[in-house]
Amino acid sequence: MRVEHFLEASARRHPDKTAIVAGGERVSFSALDARASRLAAWLQGRGVARGDRVVIFADNAIEAVVSLFATLKAGGVFSLVNPSTKADKLAFILGNCRPAALITQGRIAAVAADAAEQAGFSGARLVAGDPGGLPGATSYEDALAGPGGPVGFAGIAPDLAMLVYTSGSTGFPKGVMMTHANVVAASTSITTYLESAPDDIVLCALPISFDYGLYQVLMSMQVGATVVLEKSFAFPQAILNRVAEERVTGLPLVPTMAALLLRMRDLDPGACPTLRYISNTAAALPPAHICRLGELFPTARLFSMYGLTECKRCTWLPPTELARRPGSVGIPIPGTEGWIVDEDGRRLGPGETGELVIRGPHVMAGYWENPEATAKALRPGPYPWERVLHTGDLFTADEEGFLYFVARKDDIIKTRGEKVSPKEVENVLYALPGIREAAVIGVPDEVLGQALKAIVALDPGSTLNALDIRAHCSRHLEDFMVPRFVAFVDALPKTDTGKISRREAAELDLSADSGRAA
Amino acid sequence: MIDDIETGIRGFIEENFLFRSDGGELARDASLLEAGLIDSMGVLELVAFLEDRFGLKVADADMTPENLDSIAALTAFVAGRTAASVAA
Repeated sequence: MRVEHFLEASARRHPDKTAIVAGGERVSFSALDARASRLAAWLQGRGVARGDRVVIFADNAIEAVVSLFATLKAGGVFSLVNPSTKADKLAFILGNCRPAALITQGRIAAVAADAAEQAGFSGARLVAGDPGGLPGATSYEDALAGPGGPVGFAGIAPDLAMLVYTSGSTGFPKGVMMTHANVVAASTSITTYLESAPDDIVLCALPISFDYGLYQVLMSMQVGATVVLEKSFAFPQAILNRVAEERVTGLPLVPTMAALLLRMRDLDPGACPTLRYISNTAAALPPAHICRLGELFPTARLFSMYGLTECKRCTWLPPTELARRPGSVGIPIPGTEGWIVDEDGRRLGPGETGELVIRGPHVMAGYWENPEATAKALRPGPYPWERVLHTGDLFTADEEGFLYFVARKDDIIKTRGEKVSPKEVENVLYALPGIREAAVIGVPDEVLGQALKAIVALDPGSTLNALDIRAHCSRHLEDFMVPRFVAFVDALPKTDTGKISRREAAELDLSADSGRAA
Repeated sequence: MIDDIETGIRGFIEENFLFRSDGGELARDASLLEAGLIDSMGVLELVAFLEDRFGLKVADADMTPENLDSIAALTAFVAGRTAASVAA
């Protein structure tokens, strides 16, 4: 089975049922499938062939969903890129995966144009909305109005389906390669334990460029459920209004969204009686938040989960276990297994801390054109023909095998549910004249989980202030990577080899309580 | 008085959020979310500012894009609230 078969099968089973609700539009399974087929024909007409990449730079819109299924139907490999990505990084991605087509939307077409020029991109260009910002682009409407026609054989399940760019500790994003078989396995496993059904209505305010958001769409297309796409969780009341209007049954959250809901002052318990489940991933919820969510949403079962892009999802905690082990992220998802190893790869027992290793059909095929990083993450497994995923996350397990997250092995910071490489932010800081040294650390934050803090030492005579530095970062980094706080020091602590030590910088910062300068 | 409200709101937004934009004047009715100026944390900061500066109580039900997502919407929201409290 391939991923586009999710949509095609649901369109045959219930053609008139609503598949997606977004931006005031409702589209049925049959209409979504028909649009994807027409756009696939357009892509093929523009030279997109089996195995070619298509970069989709867009927010949560129906056009983005049509585009990803169109890419798969044309035999291509899609990569959804966060709409707040800046031109430099988009250019890196275009240069890295060399797509045959670039699809975007009017609002951010100018960023796409800048990136396309930097990367020397020469493939097909498509813009949903006003195509004026991207020279040479066809409008989405014109592409759909084209002659259409059969798209032919798309490929088989072991083919690559998507690239998901994720932060790497080197500061450069890595493209996680997921085959159709990987995606189908992950989606089938997750919908099994969530007990997803055609009568589910899932509200997704997570960006679909984030795999947790993307899978809300893919899983709903697989089971024939409806997805309500929202562009932001910034107004939690607006989200709850949508839950009521659309009779939403499933609400996927990250801890920041849960914290925003719990900050609301006049939310009545039981205000969302249609909710069947709430899911959480990215980081464990504080037990107090779990308890309060249970009070506010008594009809909803809460699924605590953990995962990483490299295998989509690692573990889930059956809701019946939540009261007994609120701090656990559970057990490996159905059809997969996991264990904990020490530095030498020996399996550890209950209570011992080591790296979590994951084995199953959902484990990625590797990082795109990055054999070194692939060799670190994917290592030999129990059978000679397979590789297992070394997650880079330290875990411990209890006597019954339930897993508890301890820490990352590297310096990756999790903020607002997203992974941030401090190195990537530091690289941008160093590009600002006046900054001599910089370290980026995570500081605890009630809403964000961790907030980014830049600790910088300036060149003598530099008059840079915190706002200058944040403004510079926001011109070059996605929103969630912009440091929330900036602190100034005379010099940063170094290791014996002269490298700046983030760990020591964080310790000094804590003891100095150097304040919230921004 | 409405001008004062708008000036105050614009000043706060320019000082705290406009660093995210590419520069240029922010249109009265431009969506702050769409322009990438505010996110969920920005909304919380904005509400704290409104409560502090204008002495309002912003209820959950008021925290919608219709009330808070542009300078024009914010101005109308604050003007409506302050007028209501004066009338009462």
